[in-house]
Amino acid sequence: MNPYQADWEVILMTGTDNKRRKLVLIGNGMAGVNVLEQVLKLTNTFEITVYGEEPYPNYNRIQLSYVLEGSKTIDDIILNSREWYEENGIALHTGTKIERIDTAAKKIYTEGGDAADYDVLIIATGSKPFVLPIPGADKKGVIGFRDIADCEAMIDAAGRVKQAAVIGGGLLGLEAAKGLVQLGMETTVIHLMDTLMERQLDDTAAGMLKAELERQGIKFRMGTKTVEVLGGTEVSGLRFADGEELDAQLVVMSAGIIPNTALAKASGIETGRGIKVNDYMLTSAPDVYAVGECCEHRGVCYGLVAPLFEQGAVLAKTIAGVNTAPYEGSSVSTKLKISGIDVFSAGEYQNAPDHQVLRIHDDWRGIYKKVLLREKKIVGAVMYGDVNDAPLLTRLVREGGMMTDELYGELFGGGTGCCGGGGGSKPSAVQGMADEEIVCGCNGVTKGDIVRVIREDGLSTVDEIKFKTGATRSCGGCKPLVEQLLQFVLGSEYQDKKETKQGICGCTTCSREEIVAAIQEKHLTSVKEVMMVLGWQQPDGCSKCRPALNYYLGMAWPSEYEDDRNSRFVNERLHANIQKDGTYSVIPRMYGGVTTSEQLRQIADAADKYGAKMVKVTGGQRIDLLGIEKQHLPAIWAELGMPSGYGYAKALRTVKTCVGNRFCRFGTQDSIGMGVLLEQKFERLWMPAKFKMAVNGCPRNCAESGTKDLGIVGNDGGWEVYVGGNGGIKMKEAELLCKVKGDEELVDICGAFIQYYRETGNYAERTSDWLERIGLEQVRKFVIEDMDNRKALIDRVETALAQLQDPWREIIESGKLRNDYFQRIEVTQD
Amino acid sequence: MSIQVKSVYHQVGPLTSFPPGVGKEVRIGTHELAVFRMADGGVYALENRTPHRKGGPLAEAIVSGHYIYCPLRDLKIDVRDGRVQEPDTGQAQVYAVKIKDGCVHIEVPA
Repeated sequence: MNPYQADWEVILMTGTDNKRRKLVLIGNGMAGVNVLEQVLKLTNTFEITVYGEEPYPNYNRIQLSYVLEGSKTIDDIILNSREWYEENGIALHTGTKIERIDTAAKKIYTEGGDAADYDVLIIATGSKPFVLPIPGADKKGVIGFRDIADCEAMIDAAGRVKQAAVIGGGLLGLEAAKGLVQLGMETTVIHLMDTLMERQLDDTAAGMLKAELERQGIKFRMGTKTVEVLGGTEVSGLRFADGEELDAQLVVMSAGIIPNTALAKASGIETGRGIKVNDYMLTSAPDVYAVGECCEHRGVCYGLVAPLFEQGAVLAKTIAGVNTAPYEGSSVSTKLKISGIDVFSAGEYQNAPDHQVLRIHDDWRGIYKKVLLREKKIVGAVMYGDVNDAPLLTRLVREGGMMTDELYGELFGGGTGCCGGGGGSKPSAVQGMADEEIVCGCNGVTKGDIVRVIREDGLSTVDEIKFKTGATRSCGGCKPLVEQLLQFVLGSEYQDKKETKQGICGCTTCSREEIVAAIQEKHLTSVKEVMMVLGWQQPDGCSKCRPALNYYLGMAWPSEYEDDRNSRFVNERLHANIQKDGTYSVIPRMYGGVTTSEQLRQIADAADKYGAKMVKVTGGQRIDLLGIEKQHLPAIWAELGMPSGYGYAKALRTVKTCVGNRFCRFGTQDSIGMGVLLEQKFERLWMPAKFKMAVNGCPRNCAESGTKDLGIVGNDGGWEVYVGGNGGIKMKEAELLCKVKGDEELVDICGAFIQYYRETGNYAERTSDWLERIGLEQVRKFVIEDMDNRKALIDRVETALAQLQDPWREIIESGKLRNDYFQRIEVTQD
Repeated sequence: MSIQVKSVYHQVGPLTSFPPGVGKEVRIGTHELAVFRMADGGVYALENRTPHRKGGPLAEAIVSGHYIYCPLRDLKIDVRDGRVQEPDTGQAQVYAVKIKDGCVHIEVPA
């Protein structure tokens, strides 16, 4: 946000109204902060203060299961950083509990005794796990699964003890159990009922779900009532009503949630199961509102994320004084966030005598789909295995849509009674949606937002949309809907794209995009980990994917990824270029192709001492010493005393320069100075493929920019930047990216361009092919026009550059590297 | 009539001088070998010469599973029998290896 603008608004506000109204939010979670975000879009008339009990800014509670399984860190799931609060002028008090509200005096009191006034108060205190009222429930090691502290306790326990019990086979319990299994714990789910998720699923779907979870390693005790938690101060097990016992050193209670109403109750606000609110989220106290899991609306307390956003929208408009339709309750649909398991339900799910039941059940394909009608109206649906129709059915259930022959055909496959469909990308679910309708409930992304980025930014994959808008980033439940939007907007173009998709090598079906997305989202940090998480068919990979993964990992995590030398081709592993006879070539760095007589003497001496079979000037204006034995490499490098010229690597090879205005009578720019500067700045940076540059001092172009990945041509007024040229196998003339005036901007644009290529290029894809695939317009947009993006690219390239050092020096200084990679063993034969 | 060639095991050094996941060039007299210690701990020795007709070394191969990928032309070779995998053809010479007292011993013709 522009700081000047913020000041202006403050001045304007205080100019018209000396006292801004005080808005206080109790509860710093997704529900409350979402309201603030919406309020801030509507008005700037509030002075906002937030009190939260947890010591964190607002985070994405639905992603706790990812923190648990280790694919995300707490930082990854923070939704609003402390900077966000600051930027929006919100005072944030974390770790602060509110004890009492004086609704008459309009004051709140903290546990520490501080008081604060409010004009408008929002209670968004959420809910807590229901702890079974049984003996021993207060023992150490008995926890819920609601917040970051619970997550940390589970991760900690997994490192110390072996067995875990999860009480409750609902949505959250099953996600917790899966997380614990993934952490390596022997995990048993104890469920009171005979079927899992009995409040969302019918017996058939629940049975299929249980079988799959058992296959994934979770154990179950169904129809079992827990009567006691065993152990000393720490839990050691559970006793059940039938007298049997189970050993467990960690017990997770997830038998339901209870709205946090204590504060409201203590302050004389009317509560039932939750804090009672009307259709505008107003409680029984004037100017006190409640939202989210802590409130009770028309007798219903919700425990899922979508209703929070619907309630929040009404509440934000209400307190901002904007007209709004009343909140009339949410129709809830459920998706389980366990990878490899697709289960869905919406509305009514158990058959009743007045229902018409439409269903298919195919045990072979593991597919189950049931739609319940009451007088032809769709009132509920349950699906297992194939949930592509989830968005369509969610909407139909919410709107009470009528079943028609056409719809039946779509849901159940052409009226043949067979389980067709399955293709999944039916645009009709999205066709009927209004532009402002939310597609991604977790991140509040509308249909309009997504259609816009597809049309205007030319995005064509779910991953690109995720990166740009945040849709599908959190729970992933809206992915089918986003796919349908792609299909809807792009038509057959999208289908073509999908069908031609293939893996980066024979070991996987994953594309570069999927791999990079997984590396970033799941925070994968080793080649092995990527292969395991993405299910490589050849478990150790091959010579195609290993170098590629090593590159993508280094690109994604420049400061923390440790390069996997053994996943590199020989040249990059040994930092020399292998020749057909098994000897190597050595090319020292000579910035801009400029050398000195002294340097040449050194090179000549080294060539003599180590028996170079040939000394050759390269096409990139460097000197190549050919025919060097492998075990002599570290020594010749030391002798040369020059850094590696990377004449073997997928990295910046050389910056070729002409003489420029230092000597040439035609020169208009200092091409040598700029070439040296660029080479010094970007040397050693790993790229998808080799990368060649040139800088010319005038349009005569003696250093041949037209065939370079990045070629620069000086003229009287500044520089022209050409990109994507290639003089190799596929001759291609570089295209004009832009013209710039200043040297500084030129360096910035080079950095942004290089980083954009680094982030979006397929491994081994030269810029010429990449540019053809991505399009010059797209590159121009990201690198030249969008200044924020340019800045971000430069920041990232700087981070990557900061990690690099001369590899020759590293090897010279490491006895281990020299022994492991360069020394041969010789024994005599008698 | 056959010619008997006597083979002898030669101690070529402790296991620790063979870092896993990468090849090592070993010379026993006139025999030039490429020795690989795989991720699973197994040690294999092949003649340090690709079966490709244009020749070149093998010791600098990328090592994955029980395969190596020839550094010059990317032939995929099974280290257990030296066979080149499809679509290429050929077979590299394999030498017997045993580990004794933490040392690697390789059998080569005398």
